[in-house]
Amino acid sequence: MADPLVIAHAQLTTQDLEALYRYMILQRLAEDRVVKLYQSGAIVGACFTGYGHEAIAVGAAYALGPDDVASTLHRDLGARLVLGMPLGYYFANFLGRTGSPSRGREGNLHIGGLGPRILLHTDFIGATIPVAAGVALGFTVRREPRVAMALFGEGTLASGEFHEGANLAAVLRLPVVLVCWNNQFAYSTPLAREVAGPIVERMAGYGMPACSVDGNDVLAVYAAAKDAVDRARRGDGPSFVECRTMRMRGHSEADDAFYVPKPLLDEWRRRDPVERFEQHLVERHVFGADRLRSIRETALADVDAAQAWAEASPPPDPAELSERVYCEERPWP
Amino acid sequence: MAVMTYLQAIAAGLRQAMQSDPSVIVLGEDVGVYGGAFKVTKGLLDEFGPSRVVDTPISEAGIVGAAIGASLVGLRPVAEMQFADFIATAFNQIINVAATSAYRGGGCVPIVIRAPCGAGTHGGPFHSQSIEAFFFHTPGLKIVIPAIPSDAKGLLLSSIADPNPVIYLEHKALYRSQQGEVEDGLTFVPLGKAAVRRSGTDLTVVTYGMMVHRCLEAADAAAAQGVQAEVLDLRTLLPLDLETIAASVSRTSRVLIVHEDRLRGGVGAEIAAYLSEHLFTSLDAPILRIGAPDIPVPYAPALEGAYLPDVARILEAMLRVARW
Repeated sequence: MADPLVIAHAQLTTQDLEALYRYMILQRLAEDRVVKLYQSGAIVGACFTGYGHEAIAVGAAYALGPDDVASTLHRDLGARLVLGMPLGYYFANFLGRTGSPSRGREGNLHIGGLGPRILLHTDFIGATIPVAAGVALGFTVRREPRVAMALFGEGTLASGEFHEGANLAAVLRLPVVLVCWNNQFAYSTPLAREVAGPIVERMAGYGMPACSVDGNDVLAVYAAAKDAVDRARRGDGPSFVECRTMRMRGHSEADDAFYVPKPLLDEWRRRDPVERFEQHLVERHVFGADRLRSIRETALADVDAAQAWAEASPPPDPAELSERVYCEERPWP
Repeated sequence: MAVMTYLQAIAAGLRQAMQSDPSVIVLGEDVGVYGGAFKVTKGLLDEFGPSRVVDTPISEAGIVGAAIGASLVGLRPVAEMQFADFIATAFNQIINVAATSAYRGGGCVPIVIRAPCGAGTHGGPFHSQSIEAFFFHTPGLKIVIPAIPSDAKGLLLSSIADPNPVIYLEHKALYRSQQGEVEDGLTFVPLGKAAVRRSGTDLTVVTYGMMVHRCLEAADAAAAQGVQAEVLDLRTLLPLDLETIAASVSRTSRVLIVHEDRLRGGVGAEIAAYLSEHLFTSLDAPILRIGAPDIPVPYAPALEGAYLPDVARILEAMLRVARW
């Protein structure tokens, strides 16, 4: 089998590689900032991050076409950025400000549905899979060559709704791409207590092509996701991509993750997806270290601007409390 | 205008909606080739094809989730639960995904979940339930329950037209027992508006679903004894038409609430609480409620018959409230 990096490189331009790096570093720096805000007490609710997941969020979403849709969870900030979410929404949502589409009704990455490309976040892992299948069903009813992707963790594989959605996608041959970040822990529960048997092998039960890639290698993730997206768009049905990674912090910032063996974290720290991609780009002479530094500085300025924009947006007025429980728009027929 | 059964009226509404708008699709268990367990969707597959009439696995969460997803990208899905009882396995999708979407800024979810409900057909504990109270507590949902054929069609069309998730309860015992005139074409019965089925001055009977017919029968018997009952058919449970209820009770000053569902925590409890809070000084008698006992729905005719509120019990309560 050919090196996935080589395959990916064949499809990606220098601009693509720069974009991948830019989104990854943007996720990393934005999360650094949000953790600081949380530690300072500015964020009243829970704080979730995706440290170590940047390659998956960015690589998978980057494989989508301009009209495709994704369902993302709390570790997938990079995917939201790739799909066009303004970074200001991220800070506004954490801070409970009206700048976010949720207008303070929701915290952390539950930023609401964003136009036609990012589906509403749902906390109940597994619930997003039938919804993604339904989005794909909508595309097939209208004969539109579009794809629905769902990103989720390996903990999802234990939920019934995952299987209902995966089975439905398989029997109806829907254009769905399932991207599973296997980060070894569901809160405190280790993989061996979450999922019986190898993850990719269970998908054979659905007759669904499945592969397992290094989730800390953005090009490997991109290549696998692109393959799956292309297959879905061709009308050849759903696929599953397992991205092996490690959750580098607690479930949330309130969790010190004492149950995670230190050596495991040390091992994965050496495989940090952002640093690895930087090294790759420099070693292959795609960019010099100066260029990387300048991308990083621009990203940091973007984070500053996004935070400032969010902080300038007002908190919700209690008069809005009971508004918009129901939709008034979308007349029919 | 044509005379049709309650079931035919639902089918006519569905067909009309699908003819009018290609974004209306139907999905569920056995809805295509088989035409639905009760034959409500019979013929739709031939007319509209397999991309719009989708046979699914036994997978209620999958069905409702898929309907939600399709609605988010512009479709108007009508999902069928084969029996209302089965909706429990789709609870998360309805309560947490669909119902909260608008409030959370997640977009409108214009889906209709059709659910054949109710006892009286010897279905036992898992094919007879009244499920409205499970959902009545949930903001973001609408719940409708027609009692007559013209409402069955008009409420279905309004439900499909509504930009919110609607649970459309169709009573199995009414499918073939109720006949009536139904208008042709796209005829809408507005959601959230109760109907006065019988005018009266001595008491107000608030009811819905199959119990509308038992209340009307009891009201005729009460009239023979000199008691004129006004019978309100709620038609929509969420949003509840408190205005019409209050207007009637203000005139009659006596009220009996009748539903097939269990009493505890039921829709009637909410109505009674509202009336005692807002119309206390207008009332000349305590608010009475009739509903099923707080037990699962039993199978054997002797038990099922005892479980369901019957005309004799309703009549007795009508007379008691009127003569308090």
